[in-house]
Amino acid sequence: MDKQVAEKIAFNEQSERRYQEALEMYPTKEAALLPVLWIAMDQFGALPTEVLEYVSSRLDLPPVRVFSAVEFYTMFYREPRGRYHIQVCRNLSCTLRGSEQLMGLLEGKLGIQPGETTEDGNFSIETAECLGSCGTAPVMRVNDTYYEDLTIEKLEKIIEGCLGGRSSSELLG
Amino acid sequence: MSKKILSANFDLPDSHALRVYEETGGYRAIRKILGTPGDEIIEEVKKSGLRGRGGAGFPAGVKWGFVPKDTDQPKYLCVNADEGEPGTFKDRQIMEQNPHMLIEGILICSYAVGIERAYVYVRGEYVFQIQRLAAAIAEAYGSGYLGKNILGSDFNLDVVIHRGAGAYICGEETGLIESLEGKKGQPRAKPPFPAVVGAFGCPTVVNNVETLSSLPFIINEGASAYAAIGTAKSTGTMLFSVSGMVEKPGVYEEAFGVNLVEFIEERAGGVLGGKALKAVIPGGSSAPILTADEARNTVLDYEALAEAGSMLGSGAIIVLSEDVCIVKALQVITRFYSHESCGQCPPCRHGTYWLARIADRIENGRGEPDDIDLLLSICPEMMGRTICVLCDAAAMPTESYVKKFREEFEEHIRLKKCPMDGAPRLLGIE
Ligand SMILES: Cc1cc2nc3c(=O)[nH]c(=O)nc-3n(C[C@H](O)[C@H](O)[C@H](O)COP(=O)(O)O)c2cc1C
Ligand code: FES
Repeated sequence: MDKQVAEKIAFNEQSERRYQEALEMYPTKEAALLPVLWIAMDQFGALPTEVLEYVSSRLDLPPVRVFSAVEFYTMFYREPRGRYHIQVCRNLSCTLRGSEQLMGLLEGKLGIQPGETTEDGNFSIETAECLGSCGTAPVMRVNDTYYEDLTIEKLEKIIEGCLGGRSSSELLG
Repeated sequence: MSKKILSANFDLPDSHALRVYEETGGYRAIRKILGTPGDEIIEEVKKSGLRGRGGAGFPAGVKWGFVPKDTDQPKYLCVNADEGEPGTFKDRQIMEQNPHMLIEGILICSYAVGIERAYVYVRGEYVFQIQRLAAAIAEAYGSGYLGKNILGSDFNLDVVIHRGAGAYICGEETGLIESLEGKKGQPRAKPPFPAVVGAFGCPTVVNNVETLSSLPFIINEGASAYAAIGTAKSTGTMLFSVSGMVEKPGVYEEAFGVNLVEFIEERAGGVLGGKALKAVIPGGSSAPILTADEARNTVLDYEALAEAGSMLGSGAIIVLSEDVCIVKALQVITRFYSHESCGQCPPCRHGTYWLARIADRIENGRGEPDDIDLLLSICPEMMGRTICVLCDAAAMPTESYVKKFREEFEEHIRLKKCPMDGAPRLLGIE
């Protein structure tokens, strides 16, 4: 990001309101770090350096504190992801029910490896640890929505839904 | 059997709504105790024998009793809804199907201990469950169950949802507190225990979602009614998460004391495809594995599973059939612990890394004959040496897999490949 853009980084009205609410929830300003990072993720889609510097200045925290926290948690992303970000669980119950095959199918269909994004920016895929949905394995998340009891047919419908531009919660519709 | 306390409402239409909870006797317990001294409530919970459902099984009332009474500091409740133990998916069921039961449990604990602010730490992936819970909290504020002067009393309570961001270690109670304070979720050395020095330096109770959700029944029906369910030392019921190679995976509530294999057969439909049972992981991935014979000879409660050399943990039962490769299972879970080690203690940082590497190379046909004993020599070096027990949670199952299924490891090394070629394929592809 060039300097001009960087200077424009600021919470919009909705984020600002959420930011003020978050501050009231905790006895220390520092404790609002996770909620404020979520607000920043929602508004900016990722947490590049400029955004983290902005967050650190809003919370009066040394930048290194903010950067090291972001590195620690897997759900905060420094780089933008695909429009549809797909996480496939690779823990035991999902492995037993075919999650490795599921990931293989996705890799083949999308032509990318876990950790990568398609060139058109539509898809990114990633492995995840147990998503707390083992009874309906194999499981994946597309953005914030769980897709459970996956089969090949369901997977195909979901990808079709993505290509048809449907919202991540209505891909099977 | 199959007594329903926690899941009684799960199948009702709109079971998450305040109206349904009230119509089925909800918020009766909090009305009943307002005005009673907190200490009496703590005694009642002690008498019920209720133990923590998050993994450690510590008696809830005893933990509350450790919170200092004569303090000017605020006290906090941290509700552990991080649900990260692989195999576990029951707290989300409570948040989805009956969030008001959890809120009433939070009210009871907070009232008894003198807490005015509760944080519900929900794992970051549970977006839908957070929405459900937030809607229920809003309903509860709207009806005077939360906020100032609850139901006209001088009891005040605020409930705040804190969304995690992806880290198993934040389910460990002091990792959770660090994370709540806006830091990396690296566990703290104990003592001091959170009951004395917890969130923001103040006395703090940390309890699991299911533990708290058991409280309304205990208050309504009485401690002795609760203690009469289950066994002498494992009282009440538990939500068991059953997954893996079974016909009907799911969450099943059961009173303690039933036979493990009968439970799998009667409630979860038995082993998938009529295959033979090979092994059972009874308490989440951190629990040592039981062979089919061991599973047949144990019942589901804290004592019996400890005696069988495993643990009840979070009540997550993972079923492995004859066509599952044990080395593959070990490869998957050691990779998990290696990924999730917070890295502050060297035995854990290095130990989990090596377990994962060695299990991976054996599964992939690159194991050396010495690798089996190497695994067994690393495990004891990892136990009881770290700030938290994530390290033990990796070493204990590893040791059990290798000792109980040693010939499978030897076969992989001898054949230089996985004889079963990894896991079953259930997606319908060959
Ligand atoms: C590595 C690790 C992960 C844990 N994860 C969870 C969890 O996700 N949920 C939970 O309730 N307890 C978890 N625990 C247990 C907590 O430390 C703590 O014992 C529990 O929240 C206390 O509540 P309870 O007494 O009601 O069970 C974990 C412990 C360890 C060591
Ligand atoms: S193992 Fe995949 S959701 Fe638990």
